Amino acid sequence: MTRLSQEKAPILEALEEFKRMRLVPFDVPGHKRGRGNRELTDFLGEKCLTVDVNSMKQLDNLCHPVGAIKAAEELAAEAFGANHAFFIVNGTTAAVQAMILTACKRGDKIILPRNVHRSVINALIICGAIPVYINPQLKDELGISLGMRLADVQEAIMANPDAKAVLVNNPTYYGICSNLKAICELAHSHNMLVLVDEAHGTHFYFGEDMPIAGMAAGADMASVSMHKSGGSLTQSSFLLCGARVNSQYVRQIVNLTQTTSGSYLLLSSLDISRRNLSLHGKEIFKYVTGLVEYARQEINQIGDYYAYSREIINGDSVYDFDFTKLSVNTLETGLAGIEVYDVLRDEYDIQIEFGDLGNILAYVSVGDNYKNIERLIGALSEIRRLYKRDKSGMLRHEYIPPKVMMTPQEGFYGEKEQVAIDESAGRICSEFVMCYPPGIPILAPGEEITADIIEYIKYAKEKGSFLTGPEDMEVRKLNVLKGGC
Amino acid sequence: MDLWYNEAHTQSVKFAIKVDKQLYSGESEFQRIDVFESEEFGRFLTLDGYMMLTERDEFIYHEMIVHVPMAVHPDVRKVLVIGAGDGGAIRELTRYATIESIDFVEIDEMVVEVCKKFLPQTACAFEDPRVHPYYQDGLKFIRKHVNEYDLIIVDSTDPFGPGEGLFTKEFYGNCFKALKEDGIMVNQHESPFYSEDAIAMKRAHKRIVESFAISRVYQAHIPTYPSGHWLFGFASKKYHPVKDLKADKWNALGLKTDYYNTNLHKGAFCLPNYVQEMLRDVE
Repeated sequence: MTRLSQEKAPILEALEEFKRMRLVPFDVPGHKRGRGNRELTDFLGEKCLTVDVNSMKQLDNLCHPVGAIKAAEELAAEAFGANHAFFIVNGTTAAVQAMILTACKRGDKIILPRNVHRSVINALIICGAIPVYINPQLKDELGISLGMRLADVQEAIMANPDAKAVLVNNPTYYGICSNLKAICELAHSHNMLVLVDEAHGTHFYFGEDMPIAGMAAGADMASVSMHKSGGSLTQSSFLLCGARVNSQYVRQIVNLTQTTSGSYLLLSSLDISRRNLSLHGKEIFKYVTGLVEYARQEINQIGDYYAYSREIINGDSVYDFDFTKLSVNTLETGLAGIEVYDVLRDEYDIQIEFGDLGNILAYVSVGDNYKNIERLIGALSEIRRLYKRDKSGMLRHEYIPPKVMMTPQEGFYGEKEQVAIDESAGRICSEFVMCYPPGIPILAPGEEITADIIEYIKYAKEKGSFLTGPEDMEVRKLNVLKGGC
Repeated sequence: MDLWYNEAHTQSVKFAIKVDKQLYSGESEFQRIDVFESEEFGRFLTLDGYMMLTERDEFIYHEMIVHVPMAVHPDVRKVLVIGAGDGGAIRELTRYATIESIDFVEIDEMVVEVCKKFLPQTACAFEDPRVHPYYQDGLKFIRKHVNEYDLIIVDSTDPFGPGEGLFTKEFYGNCFKALKEDGIMVNQHESPFYSEDAIAMKRAHKRIVESFAISRVYQAHIPTYPSGHWLFGFASKKYHPVKDLKADKWNALGLKTDYYNTNLHKGAFCLPNYVQEMLRDVE
């Protein structure tokens, strides 16, 4: 077999060839290259609609790839240093689900930090696994959760030698990395798999001087949101596998839930973006790093804001830091991050990625330029001038250890009733309470509701955080299991 | 020869000038720069294909953006000019002996070099010892200045391309901060006539009103700009543009102007009804 070069993009090339063939379409989709939906074609463009097509011989089939998609998977695996790469078109959520469903069955234990993405706990509801949460350490001055300490992982492994896997964020939303290599060695020595949520880590595989990437650290599976720093279309991702997992079994797991009508828009965007990063990733992330370093330096000169970087590395819970993340602590301005986030959007027409109680994150990528960076810096400086206030009395983000009373699956499917939030203390929650941003669970199904949690929910609400999850959208009531605990 | 410069003023309206010859064409880090020679308008400068100025009608724009605030503020010593790589505003400012310093911020040094070479009619005062050039982003420059200027002139291009940042709330807010307690900011304010321009005009006005206690708009007739009907913004911390006009004092300076006079000054702030309505909508 001849090895294809990274300069190839097999799915793109197959689509181009397909266009030249001018086939008469008597297959789905019914818009028939856009002709049947003029309005949509006018809005999205004819080029886009002509390649919104179904799988067929020339274009291969995502569920059972033997041609262009197979070749593209092999190129992606090579680019990421993986044994196998899957094209995922149901969002990184689907990749995360596939990792967990591959590693765990009902009743199996999985060790994971509490600041996992909601998709991880959702996957636990689906498969019935038992979470063993590790306290992601908090940095008090910043009010952010960090990575897992190696000693904490070891303790969890010792206490749960039957656990099947350890899940690691690489990095967290804020850019914090755990000691992934050591965690891999530790987990492997106890026959556990290491699953890595790399939703925010695509660039680790291509940039220079970056924190270590999952596959390089020896992880067994990694979910990589190519559509974040990688530049592909929203909802497209890669699922990477190492040598310890059987990729044919993983394919079966992926096919349990992934669409059988994989979008060629998403597939080609992954293929094109993989080629681009393979060929130009170094320069791209060097440029992005330059933009972010400049912004950080300027923001730190404004006063009160703290745009943090590698100086917070401590060798353990902050083993490494993703310096392409522009995370800014706002507490000294007397403003919650979420307030700065809102003012930036409402008053300055600047949309950033998120604001939590004490921080904002501006997502900077290859699509940015210095002109826009100046706008962000200028606006932050104005917000401080106009809105700065006394910071006393500002409650900070806090870690509330979850009291897991049963599996998320049992908690989710159990018989439930709705009670007012003030009367919910001591009950077992049967739904999620998420604080968006940053989308880390305050409560998950199967966990006991405590007075601290109730207070935190009320505070986050008051500060304007967007709370999601509960059936009652206003979060005045919570669904709890019947019969108390 | 039948060579014409065309500019689309809207998707269905076009403006054209017969070109005698092209004097310069170049690409800077920020934009494409062209200079043409024409019979009717003399030499003219375009950036990314958009008309910036012609030798024939630039006096209107430059007199109106400089003399209006200068006839209101009683004691302008320190001025900041942002944009204006053609030098026209600086030429008018250097006619005032009382001005001590003119900081000049232009993102694109190449525009200045091209204008010095091909448009000496406007680019004639850069060598004045009071003029201090800074070739950088206007938004970045202004961020680091507090309580420093008597007058800020924002002579920007349109709110797309390199001039975009100069139409934002963060920019106007930073200008407010950089002005002294009785400072004035004057800006190129787009046109009310064609709908796309009017959207930008209203947006700019809204953003200025949010930052300044006094915010008024005045108009001039500029033949080579879309619709010919053009607006300027007058934003101020203390002085009213008409009530605080010091006509006698300005007239005593004896400056010869071709468009501006102190009667026209008052009239320029009297706006057509449809423009008043647009402004009221966002105030």
